[in-house]
Amino acid sequence: MAKPGVRGGLRLDAHKERSTAQALRAASPVETLVLPLDQHAGAPAVPLVKQGERILRGQPIAEPGGAISSWLHSPTSGTVAAIEPRPAPHRLAAPSLSIVVANDGRDERYAESATPFDQLSPEQLREIIGRGGIVGLGGAVFPTAAKLSSALRGQDLRLLLNGAECEPYISCDDMLMRERARDVVFGARVLLHALTAQTCVIAIEDDTPQAAAALEAAIADAHDARIQLRRVASDYPAGGERQLITAVFDVEVPSGGLPVDVNTVCLNVGTAAAVAYWIRDAQPLTSRIVTVTGDGVLEQRNLDVPLGTPLAALIYDCGGYTSRMSRLIMGGSMMGQALPHDDLPVIKATNCVIAASALDLQPRAAEMPCIRCGNCAEACPAMLLPQQLHWYGIGRDLDALETYGLMDCIECGCCDYVCPSQIPLAELFRDMKPALTERLAARGSAAAARTRFDARTARLERIESERLAALAKKRQELAKKPS
Amino acid sequence: MLPALLTMVGLAAAAGAAAALATRRSNEDQNRLIDEIDALLPQTQCGRCTFSGCRPYASALANGEADINQCPPGGNATAVALANLLGREPRPVDPRFGTTPAHPLVASIDESACIGCVKCIQACPVDAIVGASKFMHTVIADQCTGCELCIPPCPVDCIVMRPASA
Amino acid sequence: MRQVLYALVPTVALHVVFFGPGLLIQIVLGVVTALAAEAAALRLRGKPLPPFLLDGSAIITAVLLALCLPPLAPWWLVVSGVAFAILLAKHLFGGLGANPFNPAMVGYAVLLVSFPARLLQWLPPNVAGLEPASLSFVDTLTTIFTGMPPARFTWDAITSPTPLDALRTDLALGMTMGEAHTNAMFSAFGGKGWEWINLATLAGGGWLLALRIIRWQIPIAMLTALFICASIMSAADPGAYAGPLFHLTSGASMLGAFFIATDPVSAATSGRGKLIYGAGIGVLTYVIRTWGGYPDGVAFAVLIMNLAVPIIDRYTIPRIYGHAR
Repeated sequence: MAKPGVRGGLRLDAHKERSTAQALRAASPVETLVLPLDQHAGAPAVPLVKQGERILRGQPIAEPGGAISSWLHSPTSGTVAAIEPRPAPHRLAAPSLSIVVANDGRDERYAESATPFDQLSPEQLREIIGRGGIVGLGGAVFPTAAKLSSALRGQDLRLLLNGAECEPYISCDDMLMRERARDVVFGARVLLHALTAQTCVIAIEDDTPQAAAALEAAIADAHDARIQLRRVASDYPAGGERQLITAVFDVEVPSGGLPVDVNTVCLNVGTAAAVAYWIRDAQPLTSRIVTVTGDGVLEQRNLDVPLGTPLAALIYDCGGYTSRMSRLIMGGSMMGQALPHDDLPVIKATNCVIAASALDLQPRAAEMPCIRCGNCAEACPAMLLPQQLHWYGIGRDLDALETYGLMDCIECGCCDYVCPSQIPLAELFRDMKPALTERLAARGSAAAARTRFDARTARLERIESERLAALAKKRQELAKKPS
Repeated sequence: MLPALLTMVGLAAAAGAAAALATRRSNEDQNRLIDEIDALLPQTQCGRCTFSGCRPYASALANGEADINQCPPGGNATAVALANLLGREPRPVDPRFGTTPAHPLVASIDESACIGCVKCIQACPVDAIVGASKFMHTVIADQCTGCELCIPPCPVDCIVMRPASA
Repeated sequence: MRQVLYALVPTVALHVVFFGPGLLIQIVLGVVTALAAEAAALRLRGKPLPPFLLDGSAIITAVLLALCLPPLAPWWLVVSGVAFAILLAKHLFGGLGANPFNPAMVGYAVLLVSFPARLLQWLPPNVAGLEPASLSFVDTLTTIFTGMPPARFTWDAITSPTPLDALRTDLALGMTMGEAHTNAMFSAFGGKGWEWINLATLAGGGWLLALRIIRWQIPIAMLTALFICASIMSAADPGAYAGPLFHLTSGASMLGAFFIATDPVSAATSGRGKLIYGAGIGVLTYVIRTWGGYPDGVAFAVLIMNLAVPIIDRYTIPRIYGHAR
C-alpha cells in the first residue's frame, strides 16, 4: 500500500472554553425518565419489566434483542410508568418504543457485585462487559462486547482509546479525562485483559493540557507500562477513527474494512470509563457526561446526566435559554443534527447539546454551481474528490460514485465547510449512500447465487458421472461372468 | 493530389489494422471476458435468455452468439452495461424473452397445499428450497433469485411469487 | 473572484503606462457587454439574476479578453469577442461551472481566426528609444469607436507588432536571433514594456498564490515546461530559437500561467492532473510560438489542453484513504 497519510482536515475554532471552565456536576434529578429501547446500534432491546413494576437503580430492564444488541438498565429507582412509543432524539423526534420510568426519589440500588476482572478469562470478561449495557459512547453506540468478540480474529491486538475530541463545542470527553482520568485508565486495564492485548495508547489532542496532565498522573499511578499517552494535532477530524489510527500507528484501515484488520481496537475514553464503573463499582451504564453549550443557554458546562433525562431539564439545570436562542442541536457543530423541540431524552449517544444562537450558526448564502475550485478535495480527510462525487451524485451515476469512493466518505463535513459555492455536499453524499449500498448488496447476493448454482451444477454432474461409472462397472462385471 | 490521397488512405488502413489487431483476444482473454460479462449478469439462472444459466449466456455473448438484450431480470440497466462492455449498440430488453419485474420477487410455498413431491427442489437452480420427500418444502427467501423455475413442476400449483422484503 | 480582479490591477496599470489608456476603454466596453450578455443569458435560461450576475466570473472574462486585445482595437472587436465568450462558450454549455473551455480564450480564438490583421495592430511601448505617436485620450476614444485612426495618422504610423510577432516575422525572413534583437523594441528579456507587464502579472499571481485562491501546480508546471522547452532549443541553436527568459516574460506567458490556465472550471481536478495540464500548456505554447501559425500560443494551448482535461482527470484520480492505489 502507498505511504499512509493523514491529509486534509481543518483548523476550527473549538468553542470549548466556557463549557470547560467549571467542574463536572451531576444533573438535578427529574421526575420522569424516558429510555428508548433502540438507543444502541443493532437490534432493539426487549423489555424485561412490565408496566407498574417497581424497579431499582441499575436493574436490568431490557435484554439484548439479537446477536448485536445491548442490555438496558434503569438509571433510578421507581416504577415503570409505561412502555410505549415516545419521541426519540436519534429519530429526530419520531416515536420509538421506550420504557418510561417514574422516579421515586429514593435512589435505591440494585444489588450487584464488582468483578475481579483479572481472575476471569477474557471470554468471561467480555460477556460480563456486555451485561453492563456498555456501548460505544463516542456516538456510534456500537455494543462493546460484540466489538471485543469480533476483534478476536486479529493478532497482537492493540487498544486505542480515542480521547481526541475534535468536533467544536463538544467537551464531555475532555472533562472526563480531566476529572476522572483514573477511571479511564482502570477501564483501559480491563479492556487490555478482555482483548489479551499488550499495548494501549490513549490519544488526545494537543490543545488539552489539563487532560494530558491528569492522564499522565493516572497512568503513572497505575504502574502499567502497557498504557501510554499520545498527543495528536488538533485538526478536525483528528478523532475520526480511521484518521486517528493512521496518525497514531501509521497504517491505513482498508476500505470497507474495520480497525481489527490492522490489529487495532478503537474505543472512546468514555466507553473505557463506563467499563471501569461496571467492573470495579458494579454500576452499569445508566448515565453519561453531556456538554450543554451554545450562546442560547445561560450557563455553559458539562453535566453528569442519568439516561432518559429530558433535554429541557438539562437546559433548565443550566439556567435556561437566553433570548438569543435559535436552534437546538444534538451533537457538535460539524456533524450534529437539529432537533425540533427539547422534549426528548438523553440517550447513550447524547454527547452534546448546543442551544445555538445566530452567533453560533454560520449563515448560509445561496447555493451556487460548483466551480471545481478543489477546496473540498484538499480538505477531505478520506482523500476523496468531493467535487466529482457531487457531479455524479446529482447525476445519480452509481457506477462513478462507486469508483470515486462514495462509501469511503466519513461524512465529517469538511468539504461543506470550505465550499465557496455553499453546496451542502455532506448532505448529498448521505442521501446517495443508500442507493449505492443497495446496489452493492445486490451484487453480493448475485455472487452468492452464482456460488450456489455452480455448486449445484457440480453436484449434479458428479451424481451423473457416478451413476454412469456404476453402470459401466456393472456392465464389466456381467461381461466377466459367463451366463 | 494523388500523394495526399494515398497518404490518407494509407494512414486509415494502418489505423484500422492496428485497431483490429488490438481487439483480437487470446483464449485467456476470452475467459476473462466471459468472467467480466458474467459479473454484470444478475445470476438469476432462470434460462429466459434461452441459455441454461447466466454463465452459458455470458459465454454465448463473448462468442457473438447472443445479443445483449436477452436478460429480463437484469433489466435495461444490465443491457446497457453489457452493450458498453462489448462495444455494441445499447437496446432495451426484448419483450420476447420476458418482462422485467418492477420489484424483486421471491417464490413462496403455500404450506397447506404442499404434498412433499420434491419436484420444485430439483428444479431450483440455486438450491434455495429446503425439504425432502414427504416433508414440508419451504423457500429460503434470502437465497431465492426469483427465476420462477419451481412454478411449472409443482403438481398442485402451490407456489406463488411475492415481492421480496427489503 | 474579486481578489482575482484586484490581483490584475498591477498588470492593467503597467499596461496603461506603456500602451496608453486604450486598455481601460476596452475593459469598460468588455465589462458592459459581459454583464449585458450574462443578464440576457440568465433570463433566457430562467435563472435568477442575483447572485449570478455579480459573482464576478463574467467581469473577469471581459478583463482577461480585453488584456489580450490591442489597445486601439475597434469597439466591435471586444464586444463581439466578449459576447461570444459569455453566450456561447459559457451559457450554451450550462453556465457557471459547466463550461469545458476557457470562455475568454474561446472569445480570443474566434477573434484571432476571424480578424487576424486587427489583432496584430499593437502599439509601440512608451519607453525611451521608441517614439510612439502621441495620441490624446480623445484620440484613443475616437479611434476605438470609429475603427479608424485620427485623420493626421495612418495605421502604419501608429501601430507596431509585439516582440513575439516581430521576432516571428524576422526569423521567417531569415534573420538570426541576434539580428532580430537589434530592433529597438527588444531588451535583455521579453521586450521593452512587455517584460514589466509580465513581472507585474507575476506579482499579482504570487499574491493569489499566497491567498490560496489558486494552487501552485498549474502556474509552476506551465512556466517550468516553457522554460525547459526554450532552454533546450535555444541551447541547441541560439541563433534560431529565443531563450527561456524571453519566453517567460513576453506575450501572455504570466497572464496565462496565473490567471487564464488557472480557471478552475476548465482545468484538471487533482494535483497530479494539474501538473500534467499546466505542463501541456507550457509545451504547446512554446510549440505554437516557435513552429505554429500565430505569434503567441497561450490561447490555443489552453484550449487544446481543455480538450484533454477529461482524460487527464480519468487517469489521475488520487488514491483514496484505505485503498491500495
